Amino acid sequence: MDSGDTAWVLMSAALVMLMTPGLAFFYGGMVRSRGVLNMLMMSLGSMGVVGVLWVLYGYSAAFGSDLGGLGLLGSPLEFFGLGGLLGADQLSGTVPTPAFAAFQAMFAILTVALISGAIADRARFGPWLLFGGLWATLVYFPVAHWVFAFDETDAAGHVTAPGGWIANRLAAIDFAGGTAVHINAGAAALALVLVLGKRTGWPRDMGKPHSLPLVVLGAGLLWFGWFGFNAGSALAAGSTAAVAFVNTLVATSAAMLGWMLTERLRDGHATTLGAASGVIAGLVAITPACSSVTPLGAIVIGGIAGIVCAPAVGLKYRLGYDDSLDVVGVHLVGGLVGTLLVGLFASGAAPAGVNGLFYGGGLDQLWRQAVGAVAVFAYSFVLSLMIAWLVQKTIGFRSGVENELEGIDETEHAETAYHFGDGHASSRRSPVHTAGLGRELEGNNA
Amino acid sequence: MKLVTAIVQPSRLESLKEALGKLGVLGMTVSQAQGYGRQKGHKEFYRGTEYEIDFLDKIRVEVLVDESGVDRVVDGIVEAGRTGRVGDGKVWVTTVDTVVRVRTGETDVEAL
Repeated sequence: MDSGDTAWVLMSAALVMLMTPGLAFFYGGMVRSRGVLNMLMMSLGSMGVVGVLWVLYGYSAAFGSDLGGLGLLGSPLEFFGLGGLLGADQLSGTVPTPAFAAFQAMFAILTVALISGAIADRARFGPWLLFGGLWATLVYFPVAHWVFAFDETDAAGHVTAPGGWIANRLAAIDFAGGTAVHINAGAAALALVLVLGKRTGWPRDMGKPHSLPLVVLGAGLLWFGWFGFNAGSALAAGSTAAVAFVNTLVATSAAMLGWMLTERLRDGHATTLGAASGVIAGLVAITPACSSVTPLGAIVIGGIAGIVCAPAVGLKYRLGYDDSLDVVGVHLVGGLVGTLLVGLFASGAAPAGVNGLFYGGGLDQLWRQAVGAVAVFAYSFVLSLMIAWLVQKTIGFRSGVENELEGIDETEHAETAYHFGDGHASSRRSPVHTAGLGRELEGNNA
Repeated sequence: MKLVTAIVQPSRLESLKEALGKLGVLGMTVSQAQGYGRQKGHKEFYRGTEYEIDFLDKIRVEVLVDESGVDRVVDGIVEAGRTGRVGDGKVWVTTVDTVVRVRTGETDVEAL
């Protein structure tokens, strides 16, 4: 065990954890004020459901012994409840396995939360939690195994325990989750939108973002946490982490400039929402690539991501799907951009050490990247369609039109976000409490 | 007795208050308003999607004045409220039958 590495991985886990409430603010600011709490709650709900499932069987399904050597799924019950990982001898590389498990838990939570941006203002909260649990189980945990579970080898390089097929057999590079997190969440978002349908009145009446300062706050927290996401994925406090850190910084800066430039040329103004969106597009695109490109390569990847994602968010109007907060336009498209550009910009000088097309490596890495991206997209899209359809047909996923118009905060959570002045509300104890109080009084009299 | 009502840009409220104070106006009522005139509103862009914003934020100022002071008050408001750009607003004058001060029961000019 290396205490420096352990400190870095634990710290990174905490950084990644902050991304989920950061995402909640990023999304929350973009909806109307009558739906901001529901937006926050869908992210918080992911932390609840996925956090628990991860400890029960998620970690095991992603990182347990590969079932049948096929690279498709880990043994779900091998580490059930993580109770077998508590000893000081339980190590993943140079860090205690629970540190690694905690770090990876944050990825699972964030990925589910990312999807929620597509279904703003129209999903019932309970069914969302059910969807999140089923989706994590059937989609995220297996895909995390494909992408993040590496073969264990002995000193001679022979495989002693096989890992996931994308990471090992295909050898596609996805350092921190361009496929497993972003293409995965983006594909699920697209499927969910097709099942739930458009918001009432969309696209004529969709409401302006109610608080751009919240959006920027969220984007800032995401960028900050993303250093743990990417540099923490090195799983060691060393040069790989440092390179990933620098690339995460500069790709994001370039993407922000790229998005703002696109807007300035197209609409005449560089906007706050555009800058914040460019930040996210850059972070998404550099995620798979951050250890396999040089900082100059990172700038180019980020710049392209900003320039490509800015118009991509308009696709929904052309194709007629209501991806409310552009999970497809930013995460699916950004994830594809980053994953595929690894095949072009990967450099032997970077820690991942393969040469892409532009560094004399030919098309070899590019087709590996493409196969990984398409496989994750197809699997996630089909399974997500089925799960969403199942939830819709059984307990009902979509909230009613009346609720949508009244505001989903009030109808789903019995709360409103903003209170100006004292208003004219009189408070009353809820029936649950008054019933309890009545019984107490009766008891005292008797 | 006249009621002078002015719809002006929110940014002009402070100078308008100052100008009316110098003219000896003792009180006024200010409320937030939204509206548009001939030029309509403006456009905003969110992720490239264009939004037409029809109703713009304005301030509505109401001042009760004695008939003899009406012209000076209207001129003062126009001068203080003007930015020279589209959307500076309007001022209009209506006749008021009676004014009563609630606390004392005084009426008309005594109530101002």
